[in-house]
Amino acid sequence: MLQLKGVGKVVGGVDHIMDVSMTLEAGSLNVLLGPTLSGKTTLMRLMAGLDKPTSGRILANGKDVTGHSVRKRDVAMVYQQFINYPALTVYENIASPLRIARLGQDEIDRKVKKAADLLKLSPYLDRTPLNLSGGQQQRTALARALVKGAHLVLMDEPLANLDYKLREELRAELPKIFAESGAVFVYATTEPSEALLLGGKTATLHEGRVSQFGPTLDVYKRPNTLITAQTFSDPPMNTLSIVKKGDVLELPNGTQIPVADNEKRLVDGPYIAGFRPHHLHLSKRTDHHFGLKGMVQVSEITGSESFIHVDCVGETWVALAHGIRNIEVDDEIEVFLDPRNFLVFETNGRLATLDMPVEA
Amino acid sequence: MANIELNHIRHSYLPNPQSKTDYALKEVHHTFEDGGAYALLGPSGCGKTTLLNIISGLLRPSEGDLLFDGVSVRDLPTEARNIAQVFQFPVVYDTMSVYDNLAFPLRNRGVEESVVDETVRHILGIIDLESKAHRKAQGLTADEKQKISLGRGLVRADVNAILFDEPLTVIDPHMKWVLRSQLKHLHKQFGYTMVYVTHDQTEALTFADKVVVMYEGEVVQIGTPDELFQRPQHTFVGYFIGSPGMNVVPCTLEGEGARIGSNVVPLNGVNGVGTGQSLELGVRPEFVTLKPAGEGMPIQVQAVEDVGRYRIVRAKLEDYDFNAIVMEGQEIPENPSAVISAENINLYADSWLVGREG
Amino acid sequence: MEKTINNKAWFMVLPVLALVAFSAVIPLMTVVNYSVQDTFGNNQFFWAGTEWFEELLASERFRDALVRNLIFSFSILAIEIPLGIFIALCMPRKGWGVPVCLVLMALPLLVPWNVVGTIWQVFGRADIGLLGYTLNNLGINYNYTQDPVAAWITVIVMDVWHWTSLVVLLCYAGLVSIPEAYYQAARIDGASKWAVFRYIQLPKMQRVLLIAVLLRFMDSFMIYTEPFVVTGGGPGNSTTFLSIDLVKMALGQFDLGPAAAMSLVYFLIILVFSYVFYTVMTNVGADKPQAKGE
Repeated sequence: MLQLKGVGKVVGGVDHIMDVSMTLEAGSLNVLLGPTLSGKTTLMRLMAGLDKPTSGRILANGKDVTGHSVRKRDVAMVYQQFINYPALTVYENIASPLRIARLGQDEIDRKVKKAADLLKLSPYLDRTPLNLSGGQQQRTALARALVKGAHLVLMDEPLANLDYKLREELRAELPKIFAESGAVFVYATTEPSEALLLGGKTATLHEGRVSQFGPTLDVYKRPNTLITAQTFSDPPMNTLSIVKKGDVLELPNGTQIPVADNEKRLVDGPYIAGFRPHHLHLSKRTDHHFGLKGMVQVSEITGSESFIHVDCVGETWVALAHGIRNIEVDDEIEVFLDPRNFLVFETNGRLATLDMPVEA
Repeated sequence: MANIELNHIRHSYLPNPQSKTDYALKEVHHTFEDGGAYALLGPSGCGKTTLLNIISGLLRPSEGDLLFDGVSVRDLPTEARNIAQVFQFPVVYDTMSVYDNLAFPLRNRGVEESVVDETVRHILGIIDLESKAHRKAQGLTADEKQKISLGRGLVRADVNAILFDEPLTVIDPHMKWVLRSQLKHLHKQFGYTMVYVTHDQTEALTFADKVVVMYEGEVVQIGTPDELFQRPQHTFVGYFIGSPGMNVVPCTLEGEGARIGSNVVPLNGVNGVGTGQSLELGVRPEFVTLKPAGEGMPIQVQAVEDVGRYRIVRAKLEDYDFNAIVMEGQEIPENPSAVISAENINLYADSWLVGREG
Repeated sequence: MEKTINNKAWFMVLPVLALVAFSAVIPLMTVVNYSVQDTFGNNQFFWAGTEWFEELLASERFRDALVRNLIFSFSILAIEIPLGIFIALCMPRKGWGVPVCLVLMALPLLVPWNVVGTIWQVFGRADIGLLGYTLNNLGINYNYTQDPVAAWITVIVMDVWHWTSLVVLLCYAGLVSIPEAYYQAARIDGASKWAVFRYIQLPKMQRVLLIAVLLRFMDSFMIYTEPFVVTGGGPGNSTTFLSIDLVKMALGQFDLGPAAAMSLVYFLIILVFSYVFYTVMTNVGADKPQAKGE
């Protein structure tokens, strides 16, 4: 278990990490999700003990380890770059932390073979890393981190340098591998889809703060701020300014739509409604749907689906539609929205509706 | 703009290639039409970068010819080919301002300063960097730097083609959306011939009108995103495009249908299957419907991954991996069985798509 | 905020502190001590205050040596830096030529300083030296023991021969770290060779060049062995640099007080010049970093 209590880091007068408190359970997978420079790497370095926090405390299994150097901290790390000993075979690469720990040859052999099996490296044990593909090199680095049996395993965008399909393959295996070990896993990524596929828990980072931390799907489905919602959304979350007036919501173009049940409790006033691209439809699906006219900016096809970028009531939205839609740019189309899918945020960005939006 | 003709191009990095495996590029014969947006898609080592380098003039093909608008440019150096290229990692001239970066290719060609100024201002507007024109390029973000790279290509009115070598690798997901849509817009507006190399299927499919899928030095299919998705010509395309990829399970023909173990699924009529060929049936997880037991082929669910918008059901069908996608709001029945309709089934003989009647 | 206070750390740095004290601080303080006193031998010292410093700064001999030293340093910088960059640019980036060039370049650096001096002393002699003999036979009057110009040229050429390699190796390290894509982009942009150098290679070499300039400046400012061996500071005082002058004063004349004052001034000059160089060069072309919250 790793606990962070009000951890902060200031570098040269600039706050890099601010007031981060979180508890990472043993045997859990924790995703740090945020764009470049949101502080993911800095936070990982603090967790590892590579850097010392300027404020706050870090506890490992209840023991205060703030300021203890990384050497004393029982930590393993995997980086975006494939870092292995180039002159050693895969076997020796995996065995290296065990050799440092002065384990017996039998035990080393057993542990290396087990890790190699888990990561499908058994056929390559005699090769050197440079004779392996990128995916295999990263598997070697992962195996080395796992075999160490460290209490904390940190992974900084480990799949970013891999091909799409290799990434998909390894990503599907990772949760199983994590489940086998009892360590605290921390996994940094910039991609929301990666967090969703990995599951576990997710902490969204924004400008050095953890904006939300909880089970991945909860954070995705029930973001507590607009920032979390935007961080955890790919394609980006669409937003719409609305004003609640009694039983209606007024849109910037003056259109009034009836308030959905879960929004009835809201106090009258201005709000920001967020909704995901797959909730923006090109046809009227239910009675709750209301239509808005928009201008098509770009349409993209991903095979089974289409992304339609559309300018509507002064905002640019993305709609995700099933099937291939051949829509021409600059066409005027009607898009449909269901207020029940709205995540309603106050103008300061905090979530206003606490009820789950109804699925359309 | 020009159309780019690849005339029986083969390339080997070895001095005396003997067998087929010595070639990094095993004969590519294709024309990139003037004004088209193309993607070269494939895993690392498939030859897509080799092909791009041949077009840009960095490599001279071992065999075959390369023509721009019917004129051979095989022996022309890069600078004489009038192409623009955006690289994987942003290449900007650090010590110059954004403005000077864009002016650089024009000044190198001795263009009059008044023309330079007019063009650069115009392009700054297009790539949306007017406000940073006089900032040094060094301190900008990755996506801004990529825009500068692109802008250096756009300033030249006579550019034959714009080449992209995995340009969004270092860009955050949110900015990828913005850049991609700007790129699409640019293409629609000015009709540049664009060739985009990537290993990311989403990028390839969303960007291109036509996607060239490459595998082990060969082009396995050229098609629209729709064709690649619906009718992959080769099982590799089925696997590579789509996430998760197409389900491919061995089968045998039986009357009008295909037999998978103890199940028979109807086919829409196939022809051209030779005897002795190994047959496989391919169906996309998106087209697999899960119904209660008894209504289709029984499957054993191994795991369910909820990714918010939909769930991926990872299952086994007669010991073969078989995935299904279940959209948000739809139920997964207990002991589900898989139902697939004939029009969504592709039949493969020795990994290549079997033609159909009608 | 809570800190883990661990006093053991102090014990760990003690040996280093002791070493630094022994090798640097104590000698320096001794010099400071000498510089403000006078002695007539027998270990008897008298307080002299700033007398030596005033005398030194007013002395023509010191100023001449300082000027000579500055001219020397700037001359060799003006030759070695461009020459080093040029050679580095000419060196191959890949293939079998790389190790050959690197070894050739490293050779002069491996020769001890006094040997370098001796080599050139013999090499330049008009009677038996290859260089001196050839030049004189070609009708060029060359004699570094009599002609100040010849002496200067000899000393400078010797330094260039000895140290240009260092600049080359540093620049080469900077050059090979430039990704291939930059050259490709430059070709696409139609950049000339000069433009590639000016906008890609030079900016990327800036850091190593800074180190090269600093090292070469400090080293050349403290030069002693080579000119001492070759010219002994002559003819006359024409190649008497500060260090040679200092040794003459301290060991030749046993003027400990003035010599100590001189070495302090000498030390300060090097410190100030290096600092100025460093700040100027790091600020050249550097964009002011923007305060940016992560």
